Amino acid sequence: MESIKLHYDVSADDFTRAGAASGDVKRTLKQLGVSPATTRNVAVAMYEGEINMVIHAGGGEIDVEITEDAIRMVLADHGPGIENVELAMKEGYSTAPDNIRCLGFGAGMGLPNIKKYSDEFKLETELGVGTTLYLTVYMK
Amino acid sequence: MTVQTLVEELGWTILTEGDLTKEVTGCYCGDLLSWVMSKAQDGDCWLTVMGNINAVAVAVLTDCACIVLTEHAALDEDAKARAAQQGVTILTTELNAYQAAVALSERL
Ligand SMILES: Nc1ncnc2c1ncn2[C@@H]1O[C@H](COP(=O)(O)OP(=O)(O)OP(=O)(O)O)[C@@H](O)[C@H]1O
Ligand SMILES: [Mg+2]
Repeated sequence: MESIKLHYDVSADDFTRAGAASGDVKRTLKQLGVSPATTRNVAVAMYEGEINMVIHAGGGEIDVEITEDAIRMVLADHGPGIENVELAMKEGYSTAPDNIRCLGFGAGMGLPNIKKYSDEFKLETELGVGTTLYLTVYMK
Repeated sequence: MTVQTLVEELGWTILTEGDLTKEVTGCYCGDLLSWVMSKAQDGDCWLTVMGNINAVAVAVLTDCACIVLTEHAALDEDAKARAAQQGVTILTTELNAYQAAVALSERL
Protein backbone atom coordinates (compact mmCIF):
# COMPACT_ATOMS: atom_id res chain seq x y z
CA MET A 1 0.00 0.00 0.00
CA GLU A 2 1.24 3.48 -0.88
CA SER A 3 1.53 5.70 2.15
CA ILE A 4 -1.30 8.23 2.42
CA LYS A 5 -0.72 11.70 3.86
CA LEU A 6 -3.49 13.91 5.17
CA HIS A 7 -3.31 17.44 6.53
CA TYR A 8 -5.87 19.39 8.57
CA ASP A 9 -6.04 22.95 9.88
CA VAL A 10 -7.98 23.01 13.11
CA SER A 11 -9.35 26.50 13.69
CA ALA A 12 -9.48 28.30 17.01
CA ASP A 13 -12.48 27.73 19.25
CA ASP A 14 -14.46 26.30 16.37
CA PHE A 15 -16.54 23.82 18.33
CA THR A 16 -18.97 23.42 15.51
CA ARG A 17 -16.30 21.80 13.35
CA ALA A 18 -14.34 20.07 16.07
CA GLY A 19 -14.28 16.39 15.32
CA ALA A 20 -14.27 17.05 11.57
CA ALA A 21 -10.62 16.01 11.09
CA SER A 22 -10.95 12.84 13.16
CA GLY A 23 -14.23 12.06 11.40
CA ASP A 24 -12.53 12.40 8.01
CA VAL A 25 -9.63 10.14 9.04
CA LYS A 26 -12.07 7.58 10.38
CA ARG A 27 -13.94 7.53 7.06
CA THR A 28 -10.69 7.18 5.16
CA LEU A 29 -9.55 4.23 7.30
CA LYS A 30 -12.90 2.55 6.85
CA GLN A 31 -12.66 2.92 3.08
CA LEU A 32 -9.17 1.43 3.16
CA GLY A 33 -10.54 -1.61 4.96
CA VAL A 34 -8.56 -0.97 8.15
CA SER A 35 -9.88 -3.07 11.06
CA PRO A 36 -12.59 -1.58 13.32
CA ALA A 37 -10.30 -1.95 16.37
CA THR A 38 -7.49 0.04 14.77
CA THR A 39 -9.92 2.62 13.40
CA ARG A 40 -11.42 3.10 16.84
CA ASN A 41 -8.00 3.61 18.45
CA VAL A 42 -7.19 6.30 15.89
CA ALA A 43 -10.61 7.94 16.21
CA VAL A 44 -10.44 8.23 20.01
CA ALA A 45 -6.83 9.42 20.15
CA MET A 46 -7.18 11.92 17.35
CA TYR A 47 -10.54 13.30 18.49
CA GLU A 48 -9.26 14.02 21.98
CA GLY A 49 -6.16 15.70 20.57
CA GLU A 50 -8.23 17.73 18.13
CA ILE A 51 -10.62 18.90 20.84
CA ASN A 52 -7.75 19.81 23.17
CA MET A 53 -6.32 22.00 20.42
CA VAL A 54 -9.60 23.83 20.07
CA ILE A 55 -10.34 24.21 23.77
CA HIS A 56 -6.92 24.79 25.26
CA ALA A 57 -4.69 26.06 22.48
CA GLY A 58 -6.69 28.14 19.98
CA GLY A 59 -6.41 25.59 17.19
CA GLY A 60 -3.47 24.04 15.38
CA GLU A 61 -2.49 21.63 12.67
CA ILE A 62 -2.76 17.88 12.29
CA ASP A 63 -0.74 15.67 9.97
CA VAL A 64 -1.64 12.04 9.47
CA GLU A 65 0.35 9.39 7.65
CA ILE A 66 -1.20 6.03 6.91
CA THR A 67 1.21 3.26 5.98
CA GLU A 68 0.91 -0.50 5.72
CA ASP A 69 1.81 -1.09 9.36
CA ALA A 70 0.70 2.01 11.27
CA ILE A 71 -1.11 5.34 11.42
CA ARG A 72 1.14 8.18 12.55
CA MET A 73 -0.33 11.47 13.74
CA VAL A 74 1.35 14.76 14.61
CA LEU A 75 -0.85 17.33 16.33
CA ALA A 76 0.89 20.66 16.73
CA ASP A 77 -0.40 23.89 18.27
CA HIS A 78 0.97 27.27 19.26
CA GLY A 79 -1.08 27.53 22.42
CA PRO A 80 0.07 28.28 25.97
CA GLY A 81 1.79 24.94 26.49
CA ILE A 82 1.26 22.65 29.48
CA GLU A 83 2.83 23.70 32.75
CA ASN A 84 2.78 20.35 34.54
CA VAL A 85 2.59 17.42 32.13
CA GLU A 86 2.47 14.78 34.86
CA LEU A 87 -0.59 16.48 36.35
CA ALA A 88 -2.22 16.98 32.94
CA MET A 89 -1.85 13.25 32.24
CA LYS A 90 -3.75 12.35 35.42
CA GLU A 91 -7.34 11.13 35.01
CA GLY A 92 -9.68 13.84 36.26
CA TYR A 93 -7.29 16.79 36.01
CA SER A 94 -8.72 19.61 33.93
CA THR A 95 -8.39 23.37 33.66
CA ALA A 96 -11.43 23.66 31.36
CA PRO A 97 -13.58 26.69 32.30
CA ASP A 98 -17.27 26.38 33.19
CA ASN A 99 -18.59 27.39 29.77
CA ILE A 100 -16.59 24.53 28.24
CA ARG A 101 -17.70 22.06 30.91
CA CYS A 102 -21.32 22.84 30.08
CA LEU A 103 -20.66 21.40 26.63
CA GLY A 104 -19.62 18.05 28.09
CA PHE A 105 -15.86 18.57 28.12
CA GLY A 106 -13.54 18.89 31.10
CA ALA A 107 -13.66 15.38 32.56
CA GLY A 108 -9.88 15.39 32.46
CA MET A 109 -9.93 12.14 30.50
CA GLY A 110 -8.67 13.34 27.12
CA LEU A 111 -4.91 12.94 27.54
CA PRO A 112 -5.25 9.65 29.47
CA ASN A 113 -7.49 8.37 26.66
CA ILE A 114 -4.98 9.41 24.02
CA LYS A 115 -2.22 7.53 25.83
CA LYS A 116 -4.41 4.48 26.32
CA TYR A 117 -5.54 4.26 22.70
CA SER A 118 -2.20 4.88 21.02
CA ASP A 119 0.71 2.44 20.82
CA GLU A 120 3.36 5.16 20.82
CA PHE A 121 2.80 8.46 22.61
CA LYS A 122 5.11 11.44 22.87
CA LEU A 123 4.13 14.86 24.18
CA GLU A 124 6.38 17.87 23.69
CA THR A 125 5.37 21.13 25.27
CA GLU A 126 6.91 24.47 26.10
CA LEU A 127 5.23 27.25 28.00
CA GLY A 128 4.32 30.14 25.72
CA VAL A 129 5.40 28.21 22.63
CA GLY A 130 2.97 25.34 22.18
CA THR A 131 2.33 21.65 22.39
CA THR A 132 2.98 18.82 19.94
CA LEU A 133 1.66 15.30 20.24
CA TYR A 134 3.28 12.47 18.29
CA LEU A 135 0.98 9.46 18.20
CA THR A 136 1.26 6.10 16.51
CA VAL A 137 -1.41 3.43 16.27
CA TYR A 138 -0.28 0.07 14.88
CA MET A 139 -2.40 -1.74 12.33
CA LYS A 140 -4.03 -4.69 14.04
CA MET B 1 -33.08 -5.50 17.87
CA THR B 2 -32.83 -2.69 15.32
CA VAL B 3 -33.24 0.99 16.11
CA GLN B 4 -36.54 0.85 14.23
CA THR B 5 -37.84 -1.94 16.49
CA LEU B 6 -36.63 -0.08 19.56
CA VAL B 7 -38.57 3.00 18.49
CA GLU B 8 -41.71 0.96 17.87
CA GLU B 9 -41.54 -1.04 21.10
CA LEU B 10 -40.54 1.74 23.46
CA GLY B 11 -42.46 4.53 21.78
CA TRP B 12 -39.54 6.94 21.85
CA THR B 13 -39.76 9.85 19.42
CA ILE B 14 -37.44 10.24 16.44
CA LEU B 15 -35.84 13.70 16.17
CA THR B 16 -33.34 12.86 13.43
CA GLU B 17 -33.28 9.74 11.36
CA GLY B 18 -30.09 7.87 10.49
CA ASP B 19 -29.74 4.17 9.80
CA LEU B 20 -32.81 2.69 11.52
CA THR B 21 -31.78 -0.81 10.48
CA LYS B 22 -28.65 -0.65 12.66
CA GLU B 23 -28.58 -3.30 15.38
CA VAL B 24 -28.73 -2.09 18.98
CA THR B 25 -26.42 -4.39 20.89
CA GLY B 26 -25.85 -2.51 24.14
CA CYS B 27 -26.31 0.68 26.10
CA TYR B 28 -24.09 3.40 27.54
CA CYS B 29 -25.15 6.23 29.86
CA GLY B 30 -23.05 9.36 30.23
CA ASP B 31 -22.76 13.09 29.61
CA LEU B 32 -19.02 13.67 29.86
CA LEU B 33 -17.83 13.31 26.29
CA SER B 34 -14.35 11.95 27.00
CA TRP B 35 -15.86 9.11 29.02
CA VAL B 36 -18.37 8.31 26.31
CA MET B 37 -15.73 8.56 23.62
CA SER B 38 -13.57 5.92 25.23
CA LYS B 39 -16.28 3.65 26.65
CA ALA B 40 -19.28 3.60 24.31
CA GLN B 41 -19.21 0.72 21.84
CA ASP B 42 -20.31 0.19 18.28
CA GLY B 43 -24.05 -0.58 18.43
CA ASP B 44 -24.67 1.01 21.81
CA CYS B 45 -27.77 3.04 22.48
CA TRP B 46 -26.31 6.17 24.13
CA LEU B 47 -28.45 7.75 26.84
CA THR B 48 -27.54 11.37 27.59
CA VAL B 49 -28.81 14.90 28.20
CA MET B 50 -26.08 16.35 25.97
CA GLY B 51 -27.88 17.48 22.81
CA ASN B 52 -25.11 19.55 21.25
CA ILE B 53 -22.99 19.29 18.14
CA ASN B 54 -20.10 17.72 20.02
CA ALA B 55 -22.32 14.85 21.11
CA VAL B 56 -23.10 14.24 17.43
CA ALA B 57 -19.36 14.06 16.68
CA VAL B 58 -18.90 11.52 19.48
CA ALA B 59 -21.81 9.44 18.17
CA VAL B 60 -20.22 9.37 14.71
CA LEU B 61 -16.80 8.39 16.04
CA THR B 62 -18.06 5.65 18.36
CA ASP B 63 -20.54 4.20 15.82
CA CYS B 64 -23.18 4.08 18.51
CA ALA B 65 -26.58 2.98 17.18
CA CYS B 66 -28.40 6.12 18.30
CA ILE B 67 -28.42 8.98 20.79
CA VAL B 68 -31.37 9.03 23.19
CA LEU B 69 -32.02 12.37 24.87
CA THR B 70 -33.43 11.45 28.25
CA GLU B 71 -35.94 13.61 30.15
CA HIS B 72 -36.57 15.39 26.84
CA ALA B 73 -33.25 17.20 27.12
CA ALA B 74 -32.91 19.96 24.54
CA LEU B 75 -31.41 19.34 21.11
CA ASP B 76 -29.54 22.34 19.65
CA GLU B 77 -30.54 23.40 16.14
CA ASP B 78 -27.01 23.07 14.76
CA ALA B 79 -26.69 19.63 16.37
CA LYS B 80 -29.93 18.57 14.70
CA ALA B 81 -28.72 19.75 11.31
CA ARG B 82 -25.34 18.01 11.74
CA ALA B 83 -26.96 14.77 12.87
CA ALA B 84 -29.25 14.76 9.86
CA GLN B 85 -26.30 15.42 7.56
CA GLN B 86 -24.11 12.72 9.14
CA GLY B 87 -26.87 10.14 9.44
CA VAL B 88 -27.00 10.03 13.23
CA THR B 89 -30.30 8.89 14.73
CA ILE B 90 -31.45 10.97 17.71
CA LEU B 91 -34.44 9.91 19.81
CA THR B 92 -36.11 11.59 22.76
CA THR B 93 -37.98 10.22 25.77
CA GLU B 94 -39.47 11.62 28.96
CA LEU B 95 -37.81 8.78 30.93
CA ASN B 96 -34.66 9.50 32.92
CA ALA B 97 -31.46 7.60 32.16
CA TYR B 98 -32.17 4.90 34.77
CA GLN B 99 -35.74 4.29 33.60
CA ALA B 100 -34.71 4.31 29.94
CA ALA B 101 -31.86 1.85 30.57
CA VAL B 102 -34.21 -0.50 32.43
CA ALA B 103 -36.79 -0.35 29.63
CA LEU B 104 -34.05 -1.05 27.12
CA SER B 105 -32.46 -3.89 29.05
CA GLU B 106 -35.75 -5.77 29.07
CA ARG B 107 -35.53 -5.96 25.30
CA LEU B 108 -31.82 -6.47 24.64
N1 LIG C 1 -2.96 21.30 23.54
C1 LIG C 1 -2.99 21.76 24.80
N2 LIG C 1 -2.50 23.00 25.09
C2 LIG C 1 -2.50 23.48 26.35
N3 LIG C 1 -2.97 22.80 27.42
C3 LIG C 1 -3.46 21.54 27.20
C4 LIG C 1 -3.50 20.96 25.89
N4 LIG C 1 -4.03 19.74 25.99
C5 LIG C 1 -4.32 19.55 27.29
N5 LIG C 1 -3.98 20.63 28.04
C6 LIG C 1 -4.08 20.78 29.51
O1 LIG C 1 -4.15 19.49 30.10
C7 LIG C 1 -5.38 19.34 30.83
C8 LIG C 1 -5.86 17.89 30.73
O2 LIG C 1 -6.23 17.61 29.38
P1 LIG C 1 -7.33 16.47 29.10
O3 LIG C 1 -7.56 16.39 27.65
O4 LIG C 1 -6.88 15.22 29.79
O5 LIG C 1 -8.62 17.00 29.87
P2 LIG C 1 -9.64 18.14 29.44
O6 LIG C 1 -9.43 18.52 28.02
O7 LIG C 1 -9.55 19.25 30.43
O8 LIG C 1 -11.04 17.39 29.61
P3 LIG C 1 -11.65 16.24 28.64
O9 LIG C 1 -10.59 15.92 27.64
O10 LIG C 1 -11.97 15.09 29.51
O11 LIG C 1 -12.87 16.84 28.03
C9 LIG C 1 -6.30 20.36 30.25
O12 LIG C 1 -7.34 20.73 31.14
C10 LIG C 1 -5.35 21.52 29.95
O13 LIG C 1 -5.05 22.23 31.13
MG1 LIG D 1 -9.33 17.08 26.54
